Amino acid sequence: MSESNTPRQENEVEPERPETLNDEAVLDVALDTADGAMAPSAVPATSQGGQIPHAAGGSVFRQIVTGNAMVSVLSVLLAIVLGGILMAVTNPKVAETAGYFFAQPGDMLTEVFRPYVALVQGSIFNWAGADAAAQLYPITETLTVSTPLILAGLGVALAFRAGLFNIGAQGQIIFGALFGAYVGFTWHLPFLVHLLLVIVAGFVGGAVWGGVVGLLKARTGAHEVIVTIMLNYIANFLLLFLLTTPAFQRKGSTNPISPFLDQSALFPELLGPQFRLHAGFLLAVLATIFVWWLLNRSTLGFEFRAVGANQSAARTAGINVPRAVILVMAIAGALAGLAGIAQVSGTEKYLSGGVAASIGFDAITVALLGRSTPWGTFFAGLLFGAFRAGGVAMQAETQTPIDIVLVIQSLIVLFIAAPPLVRAIFGLNPRKKKKATGGPGSGTIPSGKIESGAATA
Amino acid sequence: MSTTTTQSGGGTPAGNAPARPGKTGATGLVSWKAGIGLSLLAILGTALFGFMSNSKSAGFGIAEAANEAASSVAALVTFVLALLLSVGLGYLWFARRRPGPTSGSGLASSSGTVPGWLPASFVAAVVVLGLAALGVAKVSKITLPSAAIGWIAAVILLGLAGYTVYLTQAKRATPRWVGGTFAAVFLIGFMVWIVAGGNGDEPSISLAGLIAGSVTLAVPLVFGSLSGVLCERVGVVNIAIEGQLLLGAFSAAVVATVTHNVYAGLVAAAVAGALVSLVLAVVSIKYLVNQIIVGVVLNVLISGLTSFLFSTLLTADPDGLNKPGRLPPVDIPFLSDIPIIGPILFHQSLVGYLMYIAVIVVYLGLFHTKWGLRVRAVGEHPQAADTVGINVNRTRFWNVLMGGAIAGIGGSFFTLVSVDAFSKDMSGGRGYIALAALIFGRWNPIGAFLAALLFGFADNLQSVITIIGSPVPSQFMAMLPYALTVFAVAGLVGRSRPPAASGIPYVKG
Repeated sequence: MSESNTPRQENEVEPERPETLNDEAVLDVALDTADGAMAPSAVPATSQGGQIPHAAGGSVFRQIVTGNAMVSVLSVLLAIVLGGILMAVTNPKVAETAGYFFAQPGDMLTEVFRPYVALVQGSIFNWAGADAAAQLYPITETLTVSTPLILAGLGVALAFRAGLFNIGAQGQIIFGALFGAYVGFTWHLPFLVHLLLVIVAGFVGGAVWGGVVGLLKARTGAHEVIVTIMLNYIANFLLLFLLTTPAFQRKGSTNPISPFLDQSALFPELLGPQFRLHAGFLLAVLATIFVWWLLNRSTLGFEFRAVGANQSAARTAGINVPRAVILVMAIAGALAGLAGIAQVSGTEKYLSGGVAASIGFDAITVALLGRSTPWGTFFAGLLFGAFRAGGVAMQAETQTPIDIVLVIQSLIVLFIAAPPLVRAIFGLNPRKKKKATGGPGSGTIPSGKIESGAATA
Repeated sequence: MSTTTTQSGGGTPAGNAPARPGKTGATGLVSWKAGIGLSLLAILGTALFGFMSNSKSAGFGIAEAANEAASSVAALVTFVLALLLSVGLGYLWFARRRPGPTSGSGLASSSGTVPGWLPASFVAAVVVLGLAALGVAKVSKITLPSAAIGWIAAVILLGLAGYTVYLTQAKRATPRWVGGTFAAVFLIGFMVWIVAGGNGDEPSISLAGLIAGSVTLAVPLVFGSLSGVLCERVGVVNIAIEGQLLLGAFSAAVVATVTHNVYAGLVAAAVAGALVSLVLAVVSIKYLVNQIIVGVVLNVLISGLTSFLFSTLLTADPDGLNKPGRLPPVDIPFLSDIPIIGPILFHQSLVGYLMYIAVIVVYLGLFHTKWGLRVRAVGEHPQAADTVGINVNRTRFWNVLMGGAIAGIGGSFFTLVSVDAFSKDMSGGRGYIALAALIFGRWNPIGAFLAALLFGFADNLQSVITIIGSPVPSQFMAMLPYALTVFAVAGLVGRSRPPAASGIPYVKG
């Protein structure tokens, strides 16, 4: 009310703001929203396939430095630095050692870096380990923790590509685990058949729960964000309820946990019993290849991407949009359901209320970090798996709460989603006006030639 | 464009009548959704309340006011006022309604003569009248036989569903009162059934306590959904409500403890909420990042940040950092003595009263001021708004900031009213429920308020039912609000439409 006449003034002051910002981002938004006519896809236009022909300017070096890969690296770096600052500020020992920083700077620096050292020791390679097995244990742990993250992340990423924001991985994991675990501990079958059936059951369970979302979205236009959030809660309460019923509760136990799955329903351990790494990881690799094939080599995947890029255009081109929406949600749910299988059939070996932990939500950040490409998601899953596995070790060793991992992860995603922000922080934004600098430059070169010509003459 | 939004703004406050299936009736195409949905619910109701009812009776206690003499005076005054009000409103309604059918068959003319608020306020006045009458008559407990009430409710439900189906078949729109009555009857039937299913010979619950608890539980939801309304109306999707609530709760606890002043904590909560909004606004408006992504990421960030700080600093020194004290409940003199209504509405903490003020201010601001018109214009058609000289991104920026401050105040409820200490993730996903309430309430402050009350009610009912024991497992009761939201969003109550530009960044071009 009070600012009744300020907007007009403001308008006159900054009509050229988009230009000072980043032309590239503006172009992306224009592409993404059909010039403001539709809600943008959750996936950056640049990763939707094909290169957006940005006005290529500047040297090769500059293009590398300001490119997407560089931004990703800088984002991770920035997030780690910020996380380090947060840990240093809240650590009383750092303040203590800072008191004699100039006398013995090593003490404080050790204290500052200690959590990160523990993180690396807990996630990649433990050089303090007694033998090779102990030294390599962290990396296998990372792969184990990554498995469900990758699978669920693929589910989220696939939905992203079709323009759907699948926050429901949590519920889909629960449903996959629910179906798979039931098959796993009630049926008694020979080894491979049983495992295969468990996987199929998890696939179906996730597909059902994801497909419901797709169905509601396609038939009634219900917003998938709300529906998936609600279905997460419903799945969680359903799980808690079922775990109190005789069909699911372990005999003789008052806790809401299921019996152990049959040995024949478990993923075989890949590196022997002293490591937790199981064949579920291979399933994650296969799923990544499948999603890559689906998106880049199949007609269905092409339809998904078309729907994601522009629904109206896809409809005009003869693509059955409701069918694509239902299918993509079902497949996304199925992938998340496989993450549930990786949990019950690989890592946990039984069903409990916390079977999905926070994997479903971490999967969103994984998919965002991977820019919704299958292999990007795979490596993002590995990175976040490393954070998770290392975080546990870090908490045990240095008493730094594992929650710091959440902070670092979300910061990474935030920075990666906003390349102009990262470039602005590092002063890497493309020079504002190429022409302004180019004008005098182009003028001096001929004059130099003339000068040299005059000299020779 | 502005007229339609104003209409939908004025229309939704129709109290307990969220159903609006007749909306599409004007075009001749009548959806079967309402008929099928109501039929299914009616069959469910018949099965539960009718066939599964028992011989016990359900008791609904009506709390006594603290001061007997004062309460009877207050009750009498309320009774007289409510009587006058309901007679007046009823007269107005019927007087305006009469020329409707005679003047013509057009739908527009009849709906134009009766403004949306009139039936709603009439119903509200009658409800107040009824409650005041109970107070005057000094009834302390209502006992209802479960089987009889259950069957009556079932018959009414089936009848209403049949009527809807009949109307749909005759290609006529279902009037709005059908949905409202259906909801009310279903609720009564459900309450009687669920209470009668409790343990003991004559299970009973305190009705006033139940509703008062619902209002209390709804406080953060209302603030959260108001934040959502402010943001979405201006074209920014605010998924970060959860983060705003959580950081609000955290800062309120810390600042109130450090300054030994709960009111400073309240202010800090607002600032913290605005801070979350600031990040949302800068990253999504200036750097054009997808708003949903920023919101989700901010929620994770705030959750991690507060949990980390809680585990490191707050647990190390709980007395110095996490002992905020509470905002005391304040009674409004005389009004708080009204039976039933008084303790529910006028025995709140400061945050509770701020909630009422915020709802009214946001509603009036959005729909009855120049500022509100601009805000809605930006949310519906930013290009047009820009053309007439409104700075789109500046308007968005300030609105998002304001929304954050409101949600932050809502967050202070957790640490200053509900529990007097911060704990990890204590907002417990209520930000997402607030989001659902906002959509359930059709992007309207009053609708969002009512939807939030409904969620608060379901939440509180669940805990009350768990205590007295129930025929339904508690997990299913807990599921209820979420299932309800899915139903609502899936369009059983009519299609709701978000502001057109919601979620789309605006690039001046």
